[in-house]
Amino acid sequence: MAEGAVDAFARRHRYRLLEALPWLAAIAAYIAFPSYLALGAQILATILFALSADLVLGYAGIVTLGHAAFFGTGAYTAGILAAHSWGEPITGLIAGGSAAALIGLLSGLIVLRTTGLTLLMQTLVVATMLAEAANKASFITGGDDGLQGMEVWPIFGRLRFDLFGNTAYFYCLTVLFLCWLAARRIVHSPFGRSLTGIRENVRRMHAIGAPVTQRRLVIYTIAAGFAGISGALIAQTTQFVSLSFLSLERSGTVLIMLIIGGIGRLYGAFIGVPLYMIAQDRFSTIDPVFWYFWIGLMMVLLVVFARGGILGLFERLRR
Amino acid sequence: MGDTLSALLSIGFHGLAFAMVLYLISVGLSVTMGLMGFVNLAHGVFAMAGGYLTTSLMKRLDAPFPLALLAAAALVALVSIALERLLYRRLYGGDELDQVLLTMGLVFMSIAGATFLWGPLQQPLQLPPQLSGQIDFGFRSFPIYRSFLILCSAALVTALWLGVERTRFGARVRAAVDNLRMAQSVGIDTSRLFMATFALGSGLAALGGGLGADLLTINPNYALQNLVYFLIVVAVGGLGSIRGPFVAALLIGIADTGFKYLLPEFGAFFIYALTMAILLWRPRGLFGRA
Repeated sequence: MAEGAVDAFARRHRYRLLEALPWLAAIAAYIAFPSYLALGAQILATILFALSADLVLGYAGIVTLGHAAFFGTGAYTAGILAAHSWGEPITGLIAGGSAAALIGLLSGLIVLRTTGLTLLMQTLVVATMLAEAANKASFITGGDDGLQGMEVWPIFGRLRFDLFGNTAYFYCLTVLFLCWLAARRIVHSPFGRSLTGIRENVRRMHAIGAPVTQRRLVIYTIAAGFAGISGALIAQTTQFVSLSFLSLERSGTVLIMLIIGGIGRLYGAFIGVPLYMIAQDRFSTIDPVFWYFWIGLMMVLLVVFARGGILGLFERLRR
Repeated sequence: MGDTLSALLSIGFHGLAFAMVLYLISVGLSVTMGLMGFVNLAHGVFAMAGGYLTTSLMKRLDAPFPLALLAAAALVALVSIALERLLYRRLYGGDELDQVLLTMGLVFMSIAGATFLWGPLQQPLQLPPQLSGQIDFGFRSFPIYRSFLILCSAALVTALWLGVERTRFGARVRAAVDNLRMAQSVGIDTSRLFMATFALGSGLAALGGGLGADLLTINPNYALQNLVYFLIVVAVGGLGSIRGPFVAALLIGIADTGFKYLLPEFGAFFIYALTMAILLWRPRGLFGRA
């Protein structure tokens, strides 16, 4: 019996066949919908954003309403670089991710001292502060009009961003894949397991001597970096950054997409984000107001009938 | 010297008016969060509904301002009872994330609903002639509408505080906030108590939304736009407290007005910094229990 349990733990981190599914689906989507590649690239980048939110929320149990702070920081960093004659995409991505991680580290030092609603408020306030700062610093950010005049160079000096989004699609897919590998490793490492421990029972983790605050800070910083990379990806592929990148609405929607998919499962982002964004694209061409109503209704119904999101639903069906 | 004094007086007056609106709207949220442990991000929807109903009743039915306000508050309170019974009650003491999802869903639906019913533009509050213009207090004149707003809110706040301190209902609410299990064991029907406090909080929010329709303008994005302010007031004041949010609203209302007046280039930045500082100093808010 004990050996069975040990085996189960040892096998946890091994790759399973099912995990290839999202990537196969991404390639299938590329072949099947060549005219929707721009949307596809945005979906892939947003999956990364939701994945980073999952690390914070689903694994470390930090309920945040300010995750857009890091997304926006990454986007503005990459955007401002590209608008001021440094359009090299890879370094732009690294710069965006690093700037966001730095903000994550600095704000985490303050914010993570608190818990519960206070924590929620602190994260919200950090994001709102950054949004207000970006709004007022319109001489570099463009303020309300958004950041314009970005020029992104070809990747490695060769692959130009084309009009159809071919390059953008594979660029986003590659970055997402690399970040997913990293996130997967983190989650299955002893460090990742201790995060789950912190989420499930903080007192116990304190009692067995785990450095709780430090671990929460580390994952917060890493996730902020991922969110920054995701923001930089969207900035580079759409060549536009606006104040909405830092907004409460952005922080809220990423949570919603993640919860729809299912949190704390690493794959919730891969289900929730495409579902949400494709539905939004379809519905909002009919009528954007109409879209808000139906997504709102769907969220309410989800809470009433299907807690744990779509992956949670599957798990219950399997049992 | 006269100019400085006049500016300070002006900031104090406008800040006070803003603070009163903030308090009326947020006090219900503080009680819902403290008593039921419910993160109600949709609280602003009740204020927005109050504002829309008040302006519509005045425009369509020619109802006088005070009557329209009361009718709107009563209607919103009734609808909130239905919402509480159908949706909110399921999640009391439950997962914060589910609460966030549910209430954000309600906010989205409110945005769509308001745009569908009233259109995307903001609804102006058409003040009766008695309330427009200025009133002279001898040393200085102030806008009548804001003076009326401050007086009305002050009366409401007094009534609320007396109610909580002196009535049986108030005693039950205080008991439940202090110790929910004990309150249940001594036979207080907390389910009905929750419903009543929820309705009261929503009704007050509707009054605040209607009274303050000229300060916080009524538009479909109202609930999302002003959410940060309501949450700040609650978090700074302390959950479950009735008086805490009042002090917080005064602080935030006056500081916000002052900073925006004196340092417009920094906008609302200082308020957020102030909020962070206060929450670091007292994580449970100024009047929150340890």
